[in-house]
Amino acid sequence: MFWHDLGIWIAAALTLAVFSFLYRDNLLYKAAEHIFVGVSAGYWVARLYNDVLLPDLIYPLFDPKMVKLAHPQYLLIIPGLLGLLMLARFLPGGFWLSRWPIAFVVGVSTGTYVPVAVQAFLLDQVGATLVPVVVHRAAAAGGGMDWATSLGNALLIIGTLATLSYFYFSRPHVGAFGAVTRVGILFLMFAFGAAFGYTVMARQSLLIGRVEFLIFDWIRPTLAALGAG
Amino acid sequence: MLQEQGPTIWDRLLRVPRWVIYLIIAAAVIFPFLHPLRFPVEVSQRTRQLYDYIDKLPPGSVVCLAFDYGPSTMAELQPMAVAVTRHCFRNNLAVAGVALDPWGAALCDAAFATANSDGKKKEHVDFVNLGYKTGYSAVIQGMGLNIHEVYKLDNRKTPVGDIPLMKNVRTYQDLAIVIDLASSSTPQAWIAFAGARFGATVSAGVTAVMALDMYPYLQSGQLVGMLGGLKGAAEYEKLINQPDQGALGMDSQNLAHGAIVLLVLLANLGYVVTRRQARRRQER
Repeated sequence: MFWHDLGIWIAAALTLAVFSFLYRDNLLYKAAEHIFVGVSAGYWVARLYNDVLLPDLIYPLFDPKMVKLAHPQYLLIIPGLLGLLMLARFLPGGFWLSRWPIAFVVGVSTGTYVPVAVQAFLLDQVGATLVPVVVHRAAAAGGGMDWATSLGNALLIIGTLATLSYFYFSRPHVGAFGAVTRVGILFLMFAFGAAFGYTVMARQSLLIGRVEFLIFDWIRPTLAALGAG
Repeated sequence: MLQEQGPTIWDRLLRVPRWVIYLIIAAAVIFPFLHPLRFPVEVSQRTRQLYDYIDKLPPGSVVCLAFDYGPSTMAELQPMAVAVTRHCFRNNLAVAGVALDPWGAALCDAAFATANSDGKKKEHVDFVNLGYKTGYSAVIQGMGLNIHEVYKLDNRKTPVGDIPLMKNVRTYQDLAIVIDLASSSTPQAWIAFAGARFGATVSAGVTAVMALDMYPYLQSGQLVGMLGGLKGAAEYEKLINQPDQGALGMDSQNLAHGAIVLLVLLANLGYVVTRRQARRRQER
């Protein structure tokens, strides 16, 4: 309980220290910032060692029974060495050695990413814009024209084509083509407006999260402990 | 000699000191916590789509929750994690948590503990936290080949092969759905590698900033439903009839949004009026 309460008080103090930046940059804010960077780095190192290096490299090589393996996996020496070469960039004159693992990572990532990216982000997305402009309701739903879906599909097609036209720069945006690109700008503006609204909502949520913490986890329990809650 | 006029109310509207805006927003955020206003929460189609998908899963199905976020965005994403986990537990679905963000594993533990506050669900039988792995594209693709090869130990260092829940869970074919709770671009990686390459069913719960980027995938059917920001969490809480952190924050969200819209309108009104006044002065 003591450690839990201490944690809450430290978290509350750091939250207020960060909020103090609203007044102006100051020592408390800087201290909170540095503590955050230090704790984050330490946490990352600990998690990487415990969750990645131990089960994926150290146990399989030196203590295979820990991960239910019968024999040491000596092939892992190769990726282990490649990983160590990453650190060579800190050696004077050994910088070039770090290019090997980087080349490996870049090559493998590109090779695996390109085919699925074409599928997921190009073909599937293009496919999703090939929709009927006239949509009829199913007979079970009463039949007839489904105006809402039809209008939505028409807007989708017009919006996609007009926005793509705006990014076609090999022809001046004048005349009929210019009119289409202006429609594209209109769609872009709608998208930017929605993005702005969502961004405000997100930032607001972060503030709400902190205020919620301060009120329900810090102030109210403290007042209750003092007999004033 | 012309008498110099002081600034009008319209001029003042364009020069509202920053601290006044901070105070207005702070008041709008804090007030509902002290006096709840209980604004209604309307459930969107995208949230209902995910809810319906999970609701129709047969008991015993395994839902994979990816905790790809850290404490900086937990205000938006943790309520989603808790609400979805509660829904799974209520329907006797098993939940496997994975994390592509180092902070995610700890937040996964916290979400499971909150959703299982009555202690009815057993770890390793009804839920498991497989922990954090680095290199997200490699991890997602590796899970499509053999999850046990990628996650050898869970977050408590238990060999994954010894975990009852994971005995028959080897690839995406054994997972009913993967729901990525994300504050970065990981949903696209799940869509590309798990969805497009391995045919996994993918959904996402994302921060409001990212929500707009997810709509094309929602529309194309590459995502089965989506939870967007705190509102998405509040909507899901409403669907499972268990209002919590998400619903609690929505009053503040609504009031603060109202305050911001009002400030934007007033500032624009001030801008238009002062411009008109300046033009009139020039004409004279």
